[in-house]
Amino acid sequence: MKDFRFWLNGQRGTLVALVIFILMFAVYLSNHPAILNNGYTVQGVGNVVQTAANKGILLALIAIAQTFVVLTAGIDLSVGAIFILCNVVASFVVVTNLGAAWGIDLGPVLGPAVGIVIVLAVGALCGALNGAIVIFGRLQPIVTTIATSAVFFGIALFMRPQPGSTPEFAKALGKFMLGKFGGVIPASMVFLLVVVLLIWLPFRWSTLGRATYAVGSSESASYMSGVPVRRAKFLAYVLAGLFSGLGGLYLTFVTSSGQADQAAAGGYTLNSIAAVVLGGVSLFGGRGSAVGAIFGALAFLTIKDLLFVFNFDPLWQPLFQGVVLALAVAIGSARLFQVRNRLEVFG
Amino acid sequence: MNDQVPLFRMEGISKRYGGVRALESADIEIYPGRVHAILGENGAGKSTLIKVMSGVVPPDEGRMLLDGQDVTFADPAAANAAGIVCIFQELSLIPELSVADNIVISNPPKRFGMIDRAAQRRIAEEALAGAGGDDIHPSTLIKDLPLSRRQIVEIAKALARKPRVLILDEATSALTASDVQTVFGVIKRLRSQGVALLYISHRMHEITELADDCTVFRNGRKIATYKAGSKTDDEVVEMMIGREYHHVFPPKPEPKASATAPVLEVRNLSWTPRLSNVSLTAQAGEVVGLGGLDGQGQRELLLALFGVLRGTSGEILIDGQPARINSPLAAKSDRIGMALIPEDRKTEGLMLPMSVRDNLSFAALNRFSRGGIIDGGAERSAIDDVIKLLAIKTDGTAVPAGSLSGGNQQKVVIAKWLMRKPRIILLNDPTRGIDVGTKQELYQLLRRLADEGAAIILYSTDYDELIGCCDKVLVMYDGAVTRTLTGAEITERALIGSALNIGGGGTGSETPAVA
Amino acid sequence: MSEMTATPPARIPLSQRIDVPLVTSFICIIVLLIIGSMIQPGFLSPAYLLQQFKVGAFLGIVATGAMLVILLGQIDLSVPWTLTLGAMMAAAASTYGVVGEVAAIPFGILCGAGLGLINGVAVAYLRIPSMIITLAINVVAQGLMVAYSGGFSPRDSATPAMRWLGSGNIGIVPVAVIVWAVVGLLAVLLLRYTVFGRSIYGIGNKEAAAYLSGIPTQRVVMLTFVLAGALSAFAGVMLAGYSGKAAQSMGDPYLLSAIAAVVLGGTSILGGRGKYVGTIAGVIFITLLQSILGTLQFGEYFRQVAYGVVIVAMLLLYGRDKVMR
Repeated sequence: MKDFRFWLNGQRGTLVALVIFILMFAVYLSNHPAILNNGYTVQGVGNVVQTAANKGILLALIAIAQTFVVLTAGIDLSVGAIFILCNVVASFVVVTNLGAAWGIDLGPVLGPAVGIVIVLAVGALCGALNGAIVIFGRLQPIVTTIATSAVFFGIALFMRPQPGSTPEFAKALGKFMLGKFGGVIPASMVFLLVVVLLIWLPFRWSTLGRATYAVGSSESASYMSGVPVRRAKFLAYVLAGLFSGLGGLYLTFVTSSGQADQAAAGGYTLNSIAAVVLGGVSLFGGRGSAVGAIFGALAFLTIKDLLFVFNFDPLWQPLFQGVVLALAVAIGSARLFQVRNRLEVFG
Repeated sequence: MNDQVPLFRMEGISKRYGGVRALESADIEIYPGRVHAILGENGAGKSTLIKVMSGVVPPDEGRMLLDGQDVTFADPAAANAAGIVCIFQELSLIPELSVADNIVISNPPKRFGMIDRAAQRRIAEEALAGAGGDDIHPSTLIKDLPLSRRQIVEIAKALARKPRVLILDEATSALTASDVQTVFGVIKRLRSQGVALLYISHRMHEITELADDCTVFRNGRKIATYKAGSKTDDEVVEMMIGREYHHVFPPKPEPKASATAPVLEVRNLSWTPRLSNVSLTAQAGEVVGLGGLDGQGQRELLLALFGVLRGTSGEILIDGQPARINSPLAAKSDRIGMALIPEDRKTEGLMLPMSVRDNLSFAALNRFSRGGIIDGGAERSAIDDVIKLLAIKTDGTAVPAGSLSGGNQQKVVIAKWLMRKPRIILLNDPTRGIDVGTKQELYQLLRRLADEGAAIILYSTDYDELIGCCDKVLVMYDGAVTRTLTGAEITERALIGSALNIGGGGTGSETPAVA
Repeated sequence: MSEMTATPPARIPLSQRIDVPLVTSFICIIVLLIIGSMIQPGFLSPAYLLQQFKVGAFLGIVATGAMLVILLGQIDLSVPWTLTLGAMMAAAASTYGVVGEVAAIPFGILCGAGLGLINGVAVAYLRIPSMIITLAINVVAQGLMVAYSGGFSPRDSATPAMRWLGSGNIGIVPVAVIVWAVVGLLAVLLLRYTVFGRSIYGIGNKEAAAYLSGIPTQRVVMLTFVLAGALSAFAGVMLAGYSGKAAQSMGDPYLLSAIAAVVLGGTSILGGRGKYVGTIAGVIFITLLQSILGTLQFGEYFRQVAYGVVIVAMLLLYGRDKVMR
C-alpha cells in the first residue's frame, strides 16, 4: 500500500495530464459535429480520433524530444528547427527510387527505409552537435540551441528555398502511417505506443536513463556519486534530435512535401515547452516522463479543437490558447501559497 | 608504528589552486581495521587531502599506492571502483531520486540490460539496515527527508559500495545525538570487519571515542601522526593552531538587574508543528543561548523572529511594544533593528561571486543612499571601518566573497549586519566549519557587541560555546523550551541532561541525572 | 573552496583583471569593421555607420530590458509581441484626435509595462518560472493583437512624433541613436549607482541571501519585468515610427538577437554578472554582423547559418562555464 502511494506520488504529473486530456477530449468528442449528427458510430469516433491523433503525434514527438533535455535541467530551443530540417530532408530522401540518380535504385521498399534512416541520422546528428557544444564547449543550453537552430534552419532553407516535394515521395508509406488499424485504431497512436515501449521505457530503466534524471536533479551530486554525467547529457541531446527528426518525418507523411517554414519551427519549439509543462515535466530537471509530455501535447492541441467545436471565432483562438497556458502554469504553481517557510521558495 | 602493511598510502602529495598551496608534500598511511582521524583547522588541507584520495581532484605531485601498487583516479567513479568511498560534507545525494535509487546510483544491479528494481530494493534495504536507517522507506524521495536522515542514507550509500577505505568528512555534523551513536556503532563494526576508516571531524570528543591513529594538518602540511590517546587535548589543539591555546572565551560580566523593558520579548510563539509556545526575553547586553539537540526548533525560532516563517502565532515585543515582523525587510528596520546570521553562509549569507564590497554593504545600502542613489564615498569608508573592526583578511574589497576562507566569509556575513548597528542579533550556529582562531575572535566580538548594548541570541550545536558565551541558555526539545539555565547552571551536564529531556523538563534549577 | 584560499591570494591572475568577454567582443567588432570595409566601400563612413547604429538602436533598447531581466537570472521571452503590442497600441491611440496623438507614445509604453507587470507578478509573487510565463504572455499578447487587428496588419499609422523618434535626425545623428544613448546612460546609472541596481545583481547571484538581507526581492523582480516590458514596447513604438506603421511580425527578429547581444556582451545567462557596456558591444556586433551578412550576395540561408556559427564561435571563445573540478 505504501509502495503504491510512493508510485502515485511519482506519477502525479503524468496522471494529471492524462486526466485533463481525457476530460477535454471527451467534451470535444461529444460535441463534434460528426458525433452530434450520427451518434457514436465506430466509424465516426474512429475518424475523429484519427484526425486528432495525426495532428497530435507531431507535437507529441517534439514534446518527447524536449522532455529528454528538460530532464537534464537544460532546454532545447532548436527542436523546431531540427523538426523542419528533417521534414525538408525527408522530402528528398524518403522516396521510392532512392539512389536512382547514382544508378543504384534501392526500390520502393528499401529506398524509403534507407531514407528514414538518413532522416533520423540527421536529427540525431543535430542533437549530437547541440550536446557537444553544451557539454564539451560548456555553453548554456539556451543560447547554444538558439544559435544552432539558426544554423539548422539555414540549412533547411538552403535545401528548399520554396516549399516543394518529389514526385517519387513514398506516399503509400505516409498513408499507412496516418491510417487506421482495424478501422478504429489510428496508426500514429500505435506508432507512439511502440516508441514509448521500445525507446522510452528501456531508456527510463537503463543506467543512463537514471543518470539523466540524476544529472537534472543535482549535477554536482551526480558527479560526486560517479554518475556518467557527460554521457547522460549527451545522450539526452541526441535523443532530442532523434525525436525531433521523427517528428519531421511524420510531418512529411502528413504534407508529402518539405517546407522551410520559420513560423512552424518557432511554434513547435514553444509548444513543446508548453506541452512538457502541462505534462508535469519539471523545467528544473529531474522530474517527469515522456508519457506525461505526450498527454501534455495532446491536451494542448485539444484546446484548439474544443474552440473549433464550440464555434469560436478563429481570431480569438491564439488568445484563448495563451490564456489557457498561462492559467495552467499559474495553477501549477499555486502550491507556493502554502509554503510557510519563505526561504523554501528560493530552492 | 604499525606492523601491518598499509592498505592505502600517499607519498609527497601536493596540490595548488592558482597560487595557493592547499596541500604540500603530504604523506599518510591508512591501515585496515583502524580508524584514522585527521585533525586540523579549516584551510589546513584536510578537504583537499580527501578530494585527492577520492578522485575529485588530481594531485599536482606525489603518488598514491593501494596494496602497494601505484594508482591514479580520473574521477570519483574510479576511486569508488578501487574501493575508496567518501562520504562528503556536502551531501552527494540526488534530491529527485528515491532513497533506493541513490544507494545504488553508481552501479545499479542489472537484468537484461535494465535496472533490476527488485534487486535494487534488496540492496537498499540491506544497506539502510547496516547504516541504522531501517525506518527509512527505500521509495522515499531524498528531497522529502530531513537533513539528518539524508546523512544516514549517505552512509548507507557508501556501505552499499562495499568500501575498503571509507572516508567520513564531518559525517556527523548534521546528525541528532541518537543518530550519532548509531553511526558510531556502524563505524566500529566496519573497523572490526577490517575496513580502513578515515575520520574527519571538528568534534574532539568524537575523535577521542573513535580514533586509533591521528594525523594533524596545518597550512597544507602534515604536522604529526600519533597513536590516539598519546597526546593531551591541549597538545593537539596546540599542534592544530600552532600557538598556545588558552582563554578561549572572554569573561562574562556579572548579571545586573535591568529596569527597562527587554529589547526583545517573545510570548507564546508557535508555528505548528515545529514551534510550540516559545517565550523568551533578551535584555540589552545579554547573550541568550539556544541549546538542545539539533533540529528541535531552534532554527525555526530564529527564522520566525526574523519574519521568514508564515503563519506564526504569539507575540513579539520590542522594547516592550508589540511589533509585527513579517519579512527580513521589516526585521531590519530601524525601529526593530534585528539582524540574522543565517545557517548557511554560502547560500543564505553571501552572494559568493559578488565582491566583498557589494556583500558588505548589501544589507545596509539604505544607510549610504539618498533617493535610491548610493553614495560611494560613505559606502567605502563604512566598509573600510568594518573590515578593520573584524580584521577580515581579504585582498582588497573587489575580490569575490567566494575567494575568502570559510572563517573570513563568516566574518563578512557578520560584518554586513554590523554595518546596520543592529540591536538584536540572531546567530544560527555561526562557528560551524570555522577554524579555531576565527572562533575565538568571534567569541570576543559577541561579548563586545553585547557590552555595547546589543541583545544576542545564539544558537549553537557546540555545547562548549553555549557554556562559554551565554548568560542564559534556553534548552529546546520538540519545538518547546524545556528548561532555562542561567549563570553557573550552564554546565555540559545540565545542557546534555535537559537536551535529552530527562527528568520531565521544567525550568527547575536542579541538575537532572544523566544516564 | 575554503581550502584553496587559506591565505589571501598573492595576485589576481591577468585573466581576471581584464574583462575577457568585453575585450573579445570589441576585437570582434573591429574585425567586422575591417571585413565590412573590404567588401563594401564606404562602410566606414560616418553616415553609413550612423545608419547602422540607427538600426541597432531598436535592438539596443530591447536588449537593455532583456539584460536587466537576465541579470536577475530570469528571461523574458515575451519580447516579440510586447514590442508589437506597444507599436500597435501607440498607432491605435493616434486615431483618437489630438489627445490620442499626444498620448500615443506613452500609451504604447504603458501597454508594454502592463504586460511586464503581469510577467513580473507571475514570476515574483507566484514563482512561475519566467521561461514559461513570459512564453505564455507572449502568446496571450499575440492573441490579443490578432483579435484586435483581425489577423491583418492594422492600417493605423505612426504619429509624427513616433516617426521623428524612429527615423528623424538631429544634425547628422539619428534621433533613435540619441534615444538609445539616453536609455543606455540611465541603465548604467541604475545598475551602478542605485540600491535597485545593486539589488538586481544580488538577486541574480543568490536570491535567498538577498531576501535574508532584507531586500524586497519580490518588488525588485516585479519592477524589473515592468521595466523590460516598457522598454520592449518603447522599441516597438520607435520601430513603428521608423517603418511608418506597426506590423504583425515586427517583433520576431528581436527576441533572439537581444538575448544573443546580451550574452555576447559577457552577461551571464544565469544572472548576477554583466556590464552594460558589454551589452552595447553585443548590440553593435550583432548589428554589424547582420549588415555585413545582408550585404553579401548569398541568400537568407547563409545569413542564418553564419549568424548561428558566429554566435557559437564567439561564446566558445569566452562564454564558457567553469569546469566542475
